[in-house]
Amino acid sequence: MTEQAQSAATVSSDQALAWFRQMVHIRKFEEKVVELSGRGLVSGSTHPCIAQEAVSVGCISAMSAEDLVLATYRGHGAFLARGGDPKAAMAEILCRETGCCKGKGGSMHLCDPDIGFLGTNAIVAAHIPIASGVALANQLKKTDRVTLCLFGDGASCEGAFYETLNMVALWKIPVVLVCENNGYAISVPTKKSLSVPEIATRARGFDMPGISIDGNDIVEVYETTRQAVERAREGGGPTLIECRTVRWERHSALSAGFYESREERKRWQVVDPIPRFRTTLTEEMSISASVLEEIEQEAGEAADEAAEFAIRSPFTGTAQLEQDIFA
Amino acid sequence: MREITYSQAINEAIREEMRRDSDIVLLGQDIGVYGGTFGVYRGLCEEFGEDRVRDGPLSEAATAGFGIGLAVAGMRAIVEIEFMDFSPLILDAVANQASKMRYFFGGKVKVPLVLRMPSASKLGLGAQHSQSLESWFMHTPGLLIAMPATPYDAKGLLKTALRQDNPVIFIEHVRLYATKGEVPEEEYSLPFGSARIVREGSDITVVAIAMMVQEAIEAADELEKEGISVEIIDPRTLAPLDGETIVESVKKTGRLLVTHEAYRTAGVGAEIGQVAQEGAFDYLVAPIRRVAGKHQPIPSGPLQDEVFPDRDKLAVAIRDLMEEG
Repeated sequence: MTEQAQSAATVSSDQALAWFRQMVHIRKFEEKVVELSGRGLVSGSTHPCIAQEAVSVGCISAMSAEDLVLATYRGHGAFLARGGDPKAAMAEILCRETGCCKGKGGSMHLCDPDIGFLGTNAIVAAHIPIASGVALANQLKKTDRVTLCLFGDGASCEGAFYETLNMVALWKIPVVLVCENNGYAISVPTKKSLSVPEIATRARGFDMPGISIDGNDIVEVYETTRQAVERAREGGGPTLIECRTVRWERHSALSAGFYESREERKRWQVVDPIPRFRTTLTEEMSISASVLEEIEQEAGEAADEAAEFAIRSPFTGTAQLEQDIFA
Repeated sequence: MREITYSQAINEAIREEMRRDSDIVLLGQDIGVYGGTFGVYRGLCEEFGEDRVRDGPLSEAATAGFGIGLAVAGMRAIVEIEFMDFSPLILDAVANQASKMRYFFGGKVKVPLVLRMPSASKLGLGAQHSQSLESWFMHTPGLLIAMPATPYDAKGLLKTALRQDNPVIFIEHVRLYATKGEVPEEEYSLPFGSARIVREGSDITVVAIAMMVQEAIEAADELEKEGISVEIIDPRTLAPLDGETIVESVKKTGRLLVTHEAYRTAGVGAEIGQVAQEGAFDYLVAPIRRVAGKHQPIPSGPLQDEVFPDRDKLAVAIRDLMEEG
């Protein structure tokens, strides 16, 4: 038995199928976004989370419905994993009036407070203290809600990250900080930007737990996050979880893809979390391939529907231009 | 009417609002029992406790971010920045986050946040503790900006800031903290976007900001003896700016001088001058003038007097303007 299959043994087949479904839905959604971007339908750029689906699905599924999530501009997957409406997301990405932020945020700003998703942010690391402030509010109000903050490896090089680690550790803030280490800035590999091999070790200097895991193993992501959430909920304070993952091709639709060597591509194919979990499902959990194929087909159709909905929706009109500047 | 200091007026506004609204939380450095760098929070920690009057580390950027997070989560934070010179440390939180978040999330969040910061001048503190940086914030859409010059305005505007749901840059002045003025004991608040005509006059309009209001009054007293009638306007808030009151005054006097301690280049005076020109060009009988901070790093020691405007420099400029047109 592989290590992954061992941990998967504690997971119900319903849970496993739900994870698979969410990951596949996100993959198909992102592939559709990339396709629409290629057709010139996406405003500006877009930052796909392809090959990082296990991180958002794994950690967000460890949160309760009352908990709160904040993520980054590479956050379509987090939005969908939290239960965000794919049509509203696609319409937002295409800047239509039916978008979740009325088409004014675009690809990098998805938000839906009704499902506890307090938005994606396009300034690297800026949302880490914001998420922690959300968590402080819940600590002060004595709710037992935990806040999850997703960010990338680049954020771990920003000052806001370190200032926040100090404060959340000092005040035992109920926040779980999940770093998606996909190995690259736009072009610079982490070996050229980080003084340590593992971002999780940054936590040590702040006397808080830091753990580095395989971010493409959804079971491990889920289990690690679940424990961190439990700890935060019980007043034990924050945890830093580094999810080692990979990024598909490019930083964004507008960036050059020069680092995509044959070796990189091969590595991505090996660790791609979806076929990997598929194997676990069929080989270790005896789920039939036809069930999974059906899910894949549904996901493809859902992405098509989201795209059709978005394309059919009108662009956000000038009546909205000056709305929502002030409350 | 009773008189209290500018500092006491701010303290009272916060104390009254914290009693009324249990969601208000204070963040900053040295704000607990110490009472804030300039003592504005004296007694608040004792009354409201360390959870709500929360001393934190010297981490301005993250502290501002925490304030935004509290706001987004339904509370209301007041973040104190010890000197306005340190506000560059929180610029991202202000310029990219608090001021735009409601917009890019399509109205789905509110950011009720007050960022208090005092500017300073002539304290001999040198280049990094003597600046007025309001134009950086005025350049950013999505913010409300108050810059009160009196205890009465400070209390009334802060009350308003704490009863609405948008980010506010609340700019105080270190040299105003000890100044006294009339403040009624009964409840009141002042609207943003409403300038105060400090003194009526007919020959020239002087728009003065913060410390320069008092300097302008003293210059006007002196010029009155020479037969020059100066109208002084204090905008009180820079965003929104009450352009209408300024334009109407310029239509009456035909002359405008804008004065502030902040650097002259791209300072608020440039914007105010332009607003006046667009609204009252045909009425102007002389060029619009600025008496503002010299565009250079501020020295420590006696040399500092060279860079800041004062009543004497104002009087000279006003006399000059009276000879034109």
